[in-house]
Amino acid sequence: MDEELVKIKQLKTSFRVLDDYYAAVDDVTLTIYKNEVLAIVGESGSGKSALAFSIMGLHNRAKIEGEIYYRGENIANASPGRWNKLRGREMGMIFQDSLSALNPLMIIGTQIEETLLLHNPKISARERKIRVIDLLMKVGIPRPEKTYYQYPHELSGGMRQRVIIAIAIANQPQLLIADEPTTALDVTIQAQILDLLRQLKNEMRAAIVLITHDLGIVAEMADRVAVMYAGQIVEIADVYTLIENPLHPYTKMLLKSVPSSSGAKSRLHVIQGVVPALHKLPREGCRFRGRIPWMDASVHESNPMLHEVRPGHYVRCTCYQYFHFPDKYKEESSHGTH
Amino acid sequence: MALIEVEDLKVYFPIRGGIFRTIQEYVRAVDGVSFSIEKGQTYGLVGESGSGKTTIGRTIIGLNKMTSGKITFDSISLGEDRRRSRLNIQKDIQMIFQDPYSSLNPKKRVIDIIAEPLRNFEKLSTQEEKSRVQNLLDIVGLSPEAMYKYPHEFSGGQRQRIGIARAIALNPKLIIADEPVSALDVSVQAQVLNFMQDIQKELNLTYLLISHDLGIIRHMSDYIGIMYKGRYVEQGTADEIFTNPQHIYTKRLLSAIPDIDPRQREVIFEKRLKVRDEFVKLSKNYFDENGLAFPLKPISKTHFAALPERG
Repeated sequence: MDEELVKIKQLKTSFRVLDDYYAAVDDVTLTIYKNEVLAIVGESGSGKSALAFSIMGLHNRAKIEGEIYYRGENIANASPGRWNKLRGREMGMIFQDSLSALNPLMIIGTQIEETLLLHNPKISARERKIRVIDLLMKVGIPRPEKTYYQYPHELSGGMRQRVIIAIAIANQPQLLIADEPTTALDVTIQAQILDLLRQLKNEMRAAIVLITHDLGIVAEMADRVAVMYAGQIVEIADVYTLIENPLHPYTKMLLKSVPSSSGAKSRLHVIQGVVPALHKLPREGCRFRGRIPWMDASVHESNPMLHEVRPGHYVRCTCYQYFHFPDKYKEESSHGTH
Repeated sequence: MALIEVEDLKVYFPIRGGIFRTIQEYVRAVDGVSFSIEKGQTYGLVGESGSGKTTIGRTIIGLNKMTSGKITFDSISLGEDRRRSRLNIQKDIQMIFQDPYSSLNPKKRVIDIIAEPLRNFEKLSTQEEKSRVQNLLDIVGLSPEAMYKYPHEFSGGQRQRIGIARAIALNPKLIIADEPVSALDVSVQAQVLNFMQDIQKELNLTYLLISHDLGIIRHMSDYIGIMYKGRYVEQGTADEIFTNPQHIYTKRLLSAIPDIDPRQREVIFEKRLKVRDEFVKLSKNYFDENGLAFPLKPISKTHFAALPERG
């Protein structure tokens, strides 16, 4: 395995709700290696974006406890100045909504130059423009000289997303965080953007953290997958293990709820209930127990830990050992465990 | 007898300009589309954004005017005289919207939201109305207490079910579902899709399902139509489209779907690249000089594709 790039230890990111702090990311320990794609999966409210924002230092008012090491340096509560040096140069972020991530009043060229200028103030205007056009070409924009002078609204969603990627990779960062990079795009464009990300990863040997709820994208892109539920990582494994032999009930249920593009009209599995709101979250015991009420309370650990079942494969809580689907789903086939 | 028949539907939006705001040109959002849906079936309409699929749905329900063509619903022509014929059929065609967060009035209670169509068309006493709403909530699996709550008190999946309850309040025959689950999480998506299938059987509903997600379309649909720039490129049963696609655009769409099996990923990349190269190389043979699809040609009884004259 490649060298460690980011090491997160017992990270806890809490937000203030009604005079109290509630952890949206709770006890996350995770290592990100160079040259890998780590996918983070979960429902909305599972804390996957909160985790990514913590790594990038983008939370304004959150309380961050624990440690985040970036190449050996603890950046968990780094100063704003230090963050500004790290972001853009060492880490890049690709946002979901390209229309709101770009400045509507600025031409594309200037927006990309901004990032370059911030981290290399010495390069001349002419060289900057050459670099920007290079970048635009690299992300597959057909007429970069023209696009340089265009405004965001003149570009299609796919092209805008390419511009966002160009900004994120302008300074060749070591870590790229992509938060649902293709959710707003059509399938054919999505395939192109994913191709581009894969290609960039191979070129730059950077680490990509891919946040998504689409398990198809995970299967195509990821080397390792972390499944999050209610602020915690409940399972982490390489992509083959996770999709073919998932252990945690949540992972199993997620895989069963996807309509397969090859299967016919079978019934989809439904995960009962919803992710509890931040301030209503049970902080003790297995957080997933409310969604699998047919399981006996004794199967859960009182203080669920991540257990290493095989090298590199971690599962939280002991309930996975006893887990079965409720009886009426038993006969139905799944594509998670074939 | 088909429940709804759409014949050569055209919907053009004028682009105005100049000093007198005269019509300069038209955007051909829907440009000669024909299809029909049998009772009790689900018809999936697929296409990228801007292909005109939503416009078709909106035109059928009467939110957009058609420029020309014919829509026959239950042997009644929804023709030029829309307004008069509307009232009767308005009950029979209902819509499920994409975004459950903006399609429910936040200031209204659930009972008022669901009872609104009933109040428009049926004269019910308060008691009757209440029991009808209760019944509807029961069908969509919400508890009767939900009646006096406001939309913000529900999760996304529950809100979408309130939207469905409103859509089925008047016992419609056709439901137009425009991206009904794309704003929802996978787990909730499954819940809504299962539920749509259940009520389809129970109430003998016909669906026009509009989506860009081919996984969902395949899961739900009997027939599928694939649109590109306002025209059909291919139409057929779900099996025909997915196992024997004829048009190069259909092939490209299908190859772009991510697969859940990570062991296949290299194979899929290669195939996708091949299809894309083929698309770039051959697409001029498959589209006319304006980049539009050719008229549909039959391949089998149910399968049609917009293939060029020869080969």
